[in-house]
Amino acid sequence: METGSPETTGETRDESHDDPVWRGLPRDLLRMRRLLLVVWLAPLTLGTALLLGLLAGPAWAAFALLPLGLLLWGWPLLGRNWASWRYAERADDLLISRGVLWREETIVPYGRMQLVEVTSGPVARHFGLASVQLHTAAAATDALIPGLEPAEAERLRDRLTELGQARSAGL
Amino acid sequence: MTTPDAETDVPTRDGKQPVVEQRLHPVTPLRRAWAPVAVLIGWGVHDPDQAQRQLTRLTTTTLLLGLAACLVGGALYGFLTWWFTHFAVTDAELRIRTGLLFRRTAHIRLERIQAVDITQPLLARIAGVAKLKLDVVGTDKKDELAYLGEAHARALRAELLARAAGFAPETAHEVGEAPARQLLHVPARVLAVSLVLTGSTWGALAAALVVPPVLWFATHSLWTVLATGVPLLGAAGASSVGRFISEYDWTVGESPDGLRIDHGLLDRTHETVPPGRVQTVRIVEPLLWRRRGWVRVELDVAGSSNSVLVPVAPREIAEAVIGQVLPGVTVPASLSRPPRRAGWCLPFWWRGYGIAVTDSVFVSRHGLLSRSIALVPHAKVQSVRLEQGPWARFKGLADVRVDTGANRTVTAGLRDAQEAAELLRGQAERSRTGRRDARPDRWMA
Repeated sequence: METGSPETTGETRDESHDDPVWRGLPRDLLRMRRLLLVVWLAPLTLGTALLLGLLAGPAWAAFALLPLGLLLWGWPLLGRNWASWRYAERADDLLISRGVLWREETIVPYGRMQLVEVTSGPVARHFGLASVQLHTAAAATDALIPGLEPAEAERLRDRLTELGQARSAGL
Repeated sequence: MTTPDAETDVPTRDGKQPVVEQRLHPVTPLRRAWAPVAVLIGWGVHDPDQAQRQLTRLTTTTLLLGLAACLVGGALYGFLTWWFTHFAVTDAELRIRTGLLFRRTAHIRLERIQAVDITQPLLARIAGVAKLKLDVVGTDKKDELAYLGEAHARALRAELLARAAGFAPETAHEVGEAPARQLLHVPARVLAVSLVLTGSTWGALAAALVVPPVLWFATHSLWTVLATGVPLLGAAGASSVGRFISEYDWTVGESPDGLRIDHGLLDRTHETVPPGRVQTVRIVEPLLWRRRGWVRVELDVAGSSNSVLVPVAPREIAEAVIGQVLPGVTVPASLSRPPRRAGWCLPFWWRGYGIAVTDSVFVSRHGLLSRSIALVPHAKVQSVRLEQGPWARFKGLADVRVDTGANRTVTAGLRDAQEAAELLRGQAERSRTGRRDARPDRWMA
């Protein structure tokens, strides 16, 4: 899975000549995702090790390495994925770029927006995060910004709806 | 664009003149009369032994009583649904009120109508009635008015289109049917030959002829053979005879109200697609049609189920029709292929890929044996995406996807990464500027 090096991807991105102002996601999102990873996998590691070690013998406890490996592998992966997410507001469209290995860049013109959605679950709320999603008439458009500070999310939502109204177009 | 004045229009007019509510054609209740009979037959077929046992136990009187109850119940149900269905055309919308226990009122904004169809199943043709269907974006269920008298349906369609086009409400009644000019007619012989030259027809037929005997030799069970053979035969029939019947007498016409498509041998369908509603046009060229230079043209309209524009036609004529559907568009003769190294990502088939960008459409081709060329007007692009997997990045390639409002995504596959990035930016820019001179929703306004 880990072949694409961050340096090369960073290089290709900086070539965008009409230099939009890119913004990254808040660090809290990474912290939340890592915490969730630890919360799920650390007890699983411990539980497997103890249960198998006590019931089936110490050799079987080696199975606990599986969730542990997943945890150690997922930690840097989350970091890289978090670092790859960026968005930029240009005069007429919103740019979202994401992905380390499977890169995807989406451009949604403001005039095409049908609906802007701000959601935040209980965990995200605890970390002070909200996600913003744009819907157009095409269901294939997946313009999602997964975690933003609520103030920024609201600012973005208001700006998007304002620009969407100003540049609105029919189907 | 034209929405604000429409909205200001509504309250004053609504206040002045009361909206006239109308009912459907009185033949409508009969449409549902067959339902109880169908339930009984279904039960009989589903469980023949028990049905027979129950039948022998019943006396003639109970049988008659039951039948009478069924008929009365069905008639009452049909009558009540008819009685409680009203519709009205106001200045800005078509209002349909239905439901006996659960009331439902649909308000359909006229300038948002994507297409209007009048369909006449065989029995409705005999009875002289027709069904009026409206395609609106975002509804799964089509709102339809079934049934209306034939002349009434035509008058209503003309009125809806006149109002949607932006004619003043007072004159909308008198505008009448817009005159249509025939663009293309598909002769029955050409249609038949084209179906004979379609691979799927023969595939279905071969499957229907080969599979049942094989199963018979393998299992010697009549039921297995019947259970597989009948659906296979049905599929073969639907893909050949069924298609011939539904695409018979295919006529494409042009009128100020948009495109007119009329077709059908037994069930007649008359579709109208107002100007500026077409999101994507595809030219499909099956392998066996290539020698004759025939193509099939499909189109996508947001919220519409039908997608065929021309079932079969010579290429030049089809391109002329496309020129009418998308004004000012010519199908580019040559498309640029992906770089040679694309063969590492998709061996052999990469040769079928190609793109072109003109000042009004984005064109993408795919398919090697059955070629398909998709045209998307820049003004209809909803979003543009660039996608690149690890292997494609290693080869310096990327895909560009263009999403349209009819939920169809057109892909320019395996372009050079640098070119793809430029295409992405350029397409976003073009779709923004292309929208500026797009026609308004109310095309006559």
